Amino acid sequence: MRELEYPFDAEFILKKKRALRKKLIAENGNMIEKRVAVLGGATTDDIVKILELFLLNYGIRPVFYESEFNRFYEDGMFQNIALENFKPDIIYIHTSIRNINENEFPVMKDDRAVAAQKINDVYLRFEELWKHLSETYNCPIIQNNFQLPFYRLMGNKDATDYRGKVNFISRLNIAFYDYADTHENFYIHDINYESASYGLEKWSDPFYWHMYKYDMSVHAIPYSTFNVANIIKSVFGKNKKVLNLDLDNTLWGGVIGDAGAESIEIGQETSLGQTYAEFQKYILAHKDLGVLLTVNSKNSEDTALQGFERPDSILKREDFISFKANWNSKAENLAETADELGLLPESFVFVDDNPAEREMIRQNFPEAAVVEMKDVEHYIGIIDKSGYFEVTELSREDGRRSEMYRENMLRNRARQSCENYEEYLVSLEMKAEIKSFVPIYMSRIAQLTNKSNQFNLTTRRYSQSELEKIAEDPLYVTLYGKLEDKFGDNGVVSVIIGHREKGDLHIDLWLMSCRVLKRDMEFAMMDELVHLCRENGIKKLRGYYYLTAKNSMVKSFYGLQGFTKVSEDLAGNSVWEYVIEPLYVNKNRVIKVNGGERQ
Amino acid sequence: MTRESTYERLNDVFRDVFDDEKIQICDETTSGDIEDWDSFEHINLVVAVEEEFHFKFPMGKVITMKNVGEMVDIIMEMGR
Repeated sequence: MRELEYPFDAEFILKKKRALRKKLIAENGNMIEKRVAVLGGATTDDIVKILELFLLNYGIRPVFYESEFNRFYEDGMFQNIALENFKPDIIYIHTSIRNINENEFPVMKDDRAVAAQKINDVYLRFEELWKHLSETYNCPIIQNNFQLPFYRLMGNKDATDYRGKVNFISRLNIAFYDYADTHENFYIHDINYESASYGLEKWSDPFYWHMYKYDMSVHAIPYSTFNVANIIKSVFGKNKKVLNLDLDNTLWGGVIGDAGAESIEIGQETSLGQTYAEFQKYILAHKDLGVLLTVNSKNSEDTALQGFERPDSILKREDFISFKANWNSKAENLAETADELGLLPESFVFVDDNPAEREMIRQNFPEAAVVEMKDVEHYIGIIDKSGYFEVTELSREDGRRSEMYRENMLRNRARQSCENYEEYLVSLEMKAEIKSFVPIYMSRIAQLTNKSNQFNLTTRRYSQSELEKIAEDPLYVTLYGKLEDKFGDNGVVSVIIGHREKGDLHIDLWLMSCRVLKRDMEFAMMDELVHLCRENGIKKLRGYYYLTAKNSMVKSFYGLQGFTKVSEDLAGNSVWEYVIEPLYVNKNRVIKVNGGERQ
Repeated sequence: MTRESTYERLNDVFRDVFDDEKIQICDETTSGDIEDWDSFEHINLVVAVEEEFHFKFPMGKVITMKNVGEMVDIIMEMGR
């Protein structure tokens, strides 16, 4: 909905929130429900109501738990039946500098040790809360950092003197970041940056605290909750994935077809050229975040390429995974690109200076994001604040994503040239590593357990710390599968976790990334599971299938693997069994597993 | 800005905030007369009025305002 896309009209949202809510609920039928607990250190009424709008706009229908005014600590820290029954999917702790008591700040007579102790005391109060919450509720936590104080007793020295509030807040924030940096599923909502960007003086107008106990200006609430919504949608896998870029007057100044490559504005010669160069650098940096760069331009391909051949062009042809410079409509180009990449248009961010093209994409793909571009010097600001690619986890794989998609496109071409499917699979020269969990892959394994929805038999989510415990527990059998082929390395793509009970193995989790569907990797996993079980004296496997809105593709997966169905309930959940016979013939014939040692 | 034109604009603000096209305010209207007008919505109402009439209520006035008539008095004095 246009009204909720950045840059939005905050006053309009505040005034019309009831009408907007009705409209969003009526328009969007296909939403995922998420249970959001808001633990507030201030009034949170509008925070919850406006956050709801942005989440609805992202296709997430939130159900809220809202603590009473300033009960965030008590609600979170002590036994709380209501919150336990609520079973949050995510917890948002909305606190601010108003939640630090006056006597917790250093005073002028404090020595350094006392001041340091005071920071630590406040920090530990929060850390205790986070630890308790993550143990009790086992879900992601979003925590506000602190905005700067709205006054400075010592003036500029408040920043450097250990007794200054500015100094205190800066150090406290660093302590929060260190925790976030070393703990999974914990995210900082940066109100410190947000208030600076908005204007601290307006953001922390004391009127709203003294009048209504809001710790920020009500006018700033849409900006703030938009950021929270971005973190939440990112955690639940709803980030955009692709930048679909126009060229003329978008990536460089001028029209290359008219002016010629030598006359476009790019590089260090002119201020306009520098501005476009800065924008190109910003775009290029997205590659390392795993965002796919694609071109969608009305130009002949030869002409378009000349723009990137200039030595002062930051972006080069090979940075783009798809390059469509032709005279087709941009909607056609976008649809084709989506098809080639195996993605939906909803994963696209369309970047074009031409309002007519933008309107066309909006009408054809209402679910795609279209950037409201104005002047080139503001291109970065608008894309950046829109939060399309809000990072919550950054794995080693993300930096390689562009390459992976390129490899996949090569695989697709190879498949088209093969006579039959098995021949194609053999031609891929696949090699797999299938072993029990090892520490170096633990963050990727955790990422998979939290993001895989389709090829996932039980959709059980695990935090990294849980996985680490499981890996060390002799009661558990674990396997990860890593798949490589002649086009490249897919990384860890499959995970199995089972626990032993009376000599049987109960399979708690079996998942596979959809990027390796139909490569027989699931059979290679089964083979290794059977071998591992035999070595451990396990005679029977029990598999469980729990139906969700997304995993119907594996409804009969266990049947395909040779399991027998034991039971199925009305909801569509089923239990399966597999007896391990002394003679077992490997099901996989196309992947070389663990260097071939067990073939 | 006449009292009448102020009322017209203010009535639109009320209708937007409470999402109810039937609202008709007068001098004596208080929060008791409009179903959704609780202390939280009061904040939104104040913010929307400030936006519409380009001024900011000082704290003292927000606290003492008793009915719509008094709100209109303040708007006539401070708004534009």
